[in-house]
Amino acid sequence: MEGPVLVLGATSGIARETALALAEKGASLFLAGRDLDELERVACDIKIRTNVRVETGRFDADDCSTHLAFFQDSSSVMGGFSGVVYAVGALGDQIRSQTDWQEAHAVLHRNYVAAVSVLHVVAAAFEKAESGWIVAISSVAGDRGRMSNYVYGSAKGGLTVFLQGLRARLQKSGVHVLTVKPGPVDTAMTFGMDKLPLLAQPKVIGRAIVRALENGKDVAYLPGPWRAVMFVLRSVPESVFKKTKL
Amino acid sequence: MLPEKTAVKSLSGLGGWGRFPVTDVEAVRPEKARDLSPVGGQCIPRGLGRAYGDAAVLTGGTVVMTERLNRFLEFDPQTGVLRAEAGVSLRDVLRYLVPQGWFLPVTPGTKNCTLGGCFAADVHGKNHHRDGTFSRHVYGIELVLANGERVRCGPDDRPDLFWATAGGMGLTGIVSELTLQLTPVESAYMMVRHTRSPDLDRTFELLTDPKYDARYTVAWIDCLAKGPRLGRGVFMAGEHAKKSEVSLRNDPLVLPEKRVKPFPFDLPGWALNPLTVKTFNRVYDAFQGRKGEFVCDYDKYFYPLDGIEGWNRMYGKRGFVQYQYVLPTAGAFEGTRTILEELSAAGRASFLAVLKRFGPQGPGMLSFPTEGLTLALDIPMADGLMNFLERMDQTVSKHGGRLYLAKDSRMKPDVFRAGYPRIDEFCAVRSAVDPGGRFDSDLARRIGLCR
Ligand SMILES: Cc1cc2nc3c(=O)[nH]c(=O)nc-3n(C[C@H](O)[C@H](O)[C@H](O)COP(=O)(O)OP(=O)(O)OC[C@H]3O[C@@H](n4cnc5c(N)ncnc54)[C@H](O)[C@@H]3O)c2cc1C
Repeated sequence: MEGPVLVLGATSGIARETALALAEKGASLFLAGRDLDELERVACDIKIRTNVRVETGRFDADDCSTHLAFFQDSSSVMGGFSGVVYAVGALGDQIRSQTDWQEAHAVLHRNYVAAVSVLHVVAAAFEKAESGWIVAISSVAGDRGRMSNYVYGSAKGGLTVFLQGLRARLQKSGVHVLTVKPGPVDTAMTFGMDKLPLLAQPKVIGRAIVRALENGKDVAYLPGPWRAVMFVLRSVPESVFKKTKL
Repeated sequence: MLPEKTAVKSLSGLGGWGRFPVTDVEAVRPEKARDLSPVGGQCIPRGLGRAYGDAAVLTGGTVVMTERLNRFLEFDPQTGVLRAEAGVSLRDVLRYLVPQGWFLPVTPGTKNCTLGGCFAADVHGKNHHRDGTFSRHVYGIELVLANGERVRCGPDDRPDLFWATAGGMGLTGIVSELTLQLTPVESAYMMVRHTRSPDLDRTFELLTDPKYDARYTVAWIDCLAKGPRLGRGVFMAGEHAKKSEVSLRNDPLVLPEKRVKPFPFDLPGWALNPLTVKTFNRVYDAFQGRKGEFVCDYDKYFYPLDGIEGWNRMYGKRGFVQYQYVLPTAGAFEGTRTILEELSAAGRASFLAVLKRFGPQGPGMLSFPTEGLTLALDIPMADGLMNFLERMDQTVSKHGGRLYLAKDSRMKPDVFRAGYPRIDEFCAVRSAVDPGGRFDSDLARRIGLCR
């Protein structure tokens, strides 16, 4: 895990804690995102805490035409990457998505389309090098469509399936793909939402991601109990599930 | 497209660390530096909520939680100067910078609080008589004012605003960043000397005679001891241990990782009574007093209570009251004797009573410490307690003393006015930067701060 790691969407709470946990293991980092001011703060913070090298750069998930050049530039800054964390995501507004295509499209793009675009660029490089790892943050919301957030859920579900295929394709090149499915995490995204079950702290999730990576897991539900919860939820017959208000 | 909203959360039953009093508020918790700003009608900044009373809550207003703005921004390992966001906790400063050879210049008895909260309360530590309060080690701050403007100030740059904000309990604006001088250490360990004291005279002597002095000094007092044993306790002196004083195989600057044990449940209200406290005090005295000279890590020395997460639950659902006063040198001994007599006569159980000598007063307009003696008590909530404490207030006022705002939850305006002579100066600065009174707290309302 020593080699340079690229973190996409590095200003999110989960990404920051994952990056810090990786830096504490000695990994140097390239933090990428749109908000350069925030990236700089997160970078300074991790540098001071751990004394590793941390660089920053602008990455616009929404503009797929820039992804190849972005990856080439950041790779040459760091002398190649040994791992990539994809932590871009947006919850969006389900109700608005139902009538406003722009909103729905933005959610789909941020959570799914952009990942397909940039992770294919990464995959090509890692496949050629015959090494590397990819971690992508999906969600338990992608395990079953629910009326309250199925636009977001379907994008995450798409991401989960994409990663399954990518994992199968890359395993023969020795490249490892980890799908992370967190339940609700106590971040700006969820702050103010009432009664979220099993709300986890980003620090706990960040550390657990690095542990799952070290253990070579393919899929990690975080925190762990979500695996059982989702197993149960997935087994409810559709004829029953569709009548729930979930 | 996908605008990021500032979510507001309703919190009911929010209070301070003493869990008395509690109220309902709205809260925001920005995660981006630029989102830190006054919101709602009126608001109050909050760090990690370790002030005991109602300093970081505002009934009907908005609490601005700073805990996620906790990034280190600049650090020079040669000079130990740190610039950081105000939400950085003391825990993180220690965890990441002690291994690099730097310690906090001043620390309260918990590391679960923020740099911003420590500046706003202008906290003191066991080294106050040598090193002054927290703000004395701060070169400058960035402050978000009521109109949203960000200004910098320091001891030589808008000193009025700086010294109103140091100890100003969040009422001049939100501290967003601060630059602070850390103190160099050779190890993560402390050289500690415990001396038993049979009575108050000896306790006073140990605290004031230069012969016994050290960088960190404090005396633990058994509040239930009466008559000739009044004021007995254990005097504890400490210094940062030198590298040569700790014999360890691993790096002397690095502590092994520890697990925090959560306090599992609320104890029933009767669990802490004079009898159990008396027993605790006996055991504590015998145990601590016999230790003599020894080396221990900084966690054990400075933060014994942080080892048990949520220890405030020990006092049960009714919570407890912290009472901390300082008496100026002239009446300090006599006043403290009177108060200890009142306490032991009433049999009010206090688990830990800590007596400490303060050095000279600093420039913070509402800073608590002034040259003299300070006593800090934890008293479980009980019937009749409020009347009892009001009588203690009178004794404190009579001797020219004051109570600590970060620990107070019940003092009346007249007691506050009598203790803090620079209120008007503070209120002049406050009304210049916040003419509409956007920043307010239940504490400020209760003590009638700028009225
Ligand atoms: C076990 C324990 C031991 C303690 N020992 C000591 C001690 O030895 N000496 C001592 O001096 N104190 C001591 N305290 C009190 C504690 O240090 C102070 O109350 C400190 O202010 C807590 O910091 P906080 O981050 O939790 O702030 P909070 O409790 O959240 O807030 C305290 C005050 O600071 C203001 N504030 C917080 N953040 C900001 C900001 N960014 N900008 C502007 N204002 C802000 C709030 O409005 C409020 O008025 C102790 C407390 C505990 C629980």
